[in-house]
Amino acid sequence: MSEEVKLHSIWESPFGFRVQIALSFKGIEYEYIEEDLKDKSELLLRYNPVHKKVPVLVHRGKPIPESMVIIEYVEETWPEKPILSEDLHERAMARFWAKFSDDKCSPAIFKYFSTQGEEHDKAKAELVENLKTLEGALKGNKFFGGETIGLVDIAAGWMPMWIQRIEEVLGNKVVEENSFPHLQGWFHDLLNLPFVNQNLPPPEKLREHLKNFRNSLLARST
Amino acid sequence: MEKQGEVKLIGMWSSPFVLRVKVALNIKGVPYESLEEQLPFSKSQLLLDSNPVHKKVPVLLHDGKPVCESLIIVEYIDEVWASAGLPAILPRDPYERAVARFWASYIDEKLFPAMRGTMAAEDEQRKALLEQVMSGLGLLEDAFGKCWKGGKFFGGETIGFLDIALGSILALMKVFDGAMGVKLLDETKFPKLAAWSEAFCEAEPVKEVMPEHERLAEFAMVIRERMRAAKAAAPPPS
Repeated sequence: MSEEVKLHSIWESPFGFRVQIALSFKGIEYEYIEEDLKDKSELLLRYNPVHKKVPVLVHRGKPIPESMVIIEYVEETWPEKPILSEDLHERAMARFWAKFSDDKCSPAIFKYFSTQGEEHDKAKAELVENLKTLEGALKGNKFFGGETIGLVDIAAGWMPMWIQRIEEVLGNKVVEENSFPHLQGWFHDLLNLPFVNQNLPPPEKLREHLKNFRNSLLARST
Repeated sequence: MEKQGEVKLIGMWSSPFVLRVKVALNIKGVPYESLEEQLPFSKSQLLLDSNPVHKKVPVLLHDGKPVCESLIIVEYIDEVWASAGLPAILPRDPYERAVARFWASYIDEKLFPAMRGTMAAEDEQRKALLEQVMSGLGLLEDAFGKCWKGGKFFGGETIGFLDIALGSILALMKVFDGAMGVKLLDETKFPKLAAWSEAFCEAEPVKEVMPEHERLAEFAMVIRERMRAAKAAAPPPS
């Protein structure tokens, strides 16, 4: 059967983006298919009937939804250039921090992004606290994976581009040199990696999209 | 036998997440020391030191090194105690592993929160959440049929990752049935899940560690009251 790898996603999805980082890091060739979530394709609905979301990876005709599930699948199917350590405790720690990033940091970022006034200020405080905790996991290393990227770098790999655009939309910085010296450094180093860089959405387009998205969220909640 | 290292489990008798770890250790035949927390009333210094980020159970201490988050611990156990003679918890095939992880994630992110939410919710909201739970069980009934490779479990002849993820909430489901006057795993609606749940509860690695129904039902009422009180005391959303 063919090694055919396809990725169904949308250009503005941070979850699709992080799957792309993993595929590019490992040098896996794939076909990218842009979906329209306002008019979901039959294929997408068939591939992800439970959540009807992107990204979905299709390998040898078999669909896999949920970006972190996809990334672990990619790691196991193409084990060259591993993103998980051979040390079993370190693997568990990497999975822990990837989960922390998704369970705590992502919702905090979304809350910060989609609110205003008192709720927004509260959200910012919560976000700062969670990012501080995540920064601690770097332990002074260049990447969460040490000298090279690992699972956590990929799981949180969407943050530099998306957080910086959100900061621009809001006119307010969260991750600054003074308060987050290590995380700021990681943002910079990650964005400069070729296999990350080549997959980034255009910043102006993303900023515009996020600006409109925030406005629609605020309008909905009033 | 190879040196396994010292294994301790910081847990609590009623927690479905702790149960997951106990079942995994039992599957692998790993002896461990069980350290019982007095949740929700207090947290030991050991727990606070071992899981400073979340301060929650379960925490596995393997030669003193902590591993947190129930499903991450289960994967860790599967990887550490992986020799030929021992049953595997996750399937070997990467695609099957992805399917198991997908459903486990669904249980933790959608099914279980909906179930837990019905405990503190009233009327309309509770009805909506209950519908979500039923719909979720329908998906899992369907998934069981699709994944089935023979045997009584999602994992086949022996208990696997998805069995552990879902089976750990069975005791709470029975308490829920009693409190709501329903039968979630109704054999006419979900015949495969109903049969599976009996097999799971009777399995060797599970039998001795499944919380006792009466005790859990009583405890659930305590938790429910606390959830309701917290909700009443919380400021209204702005």
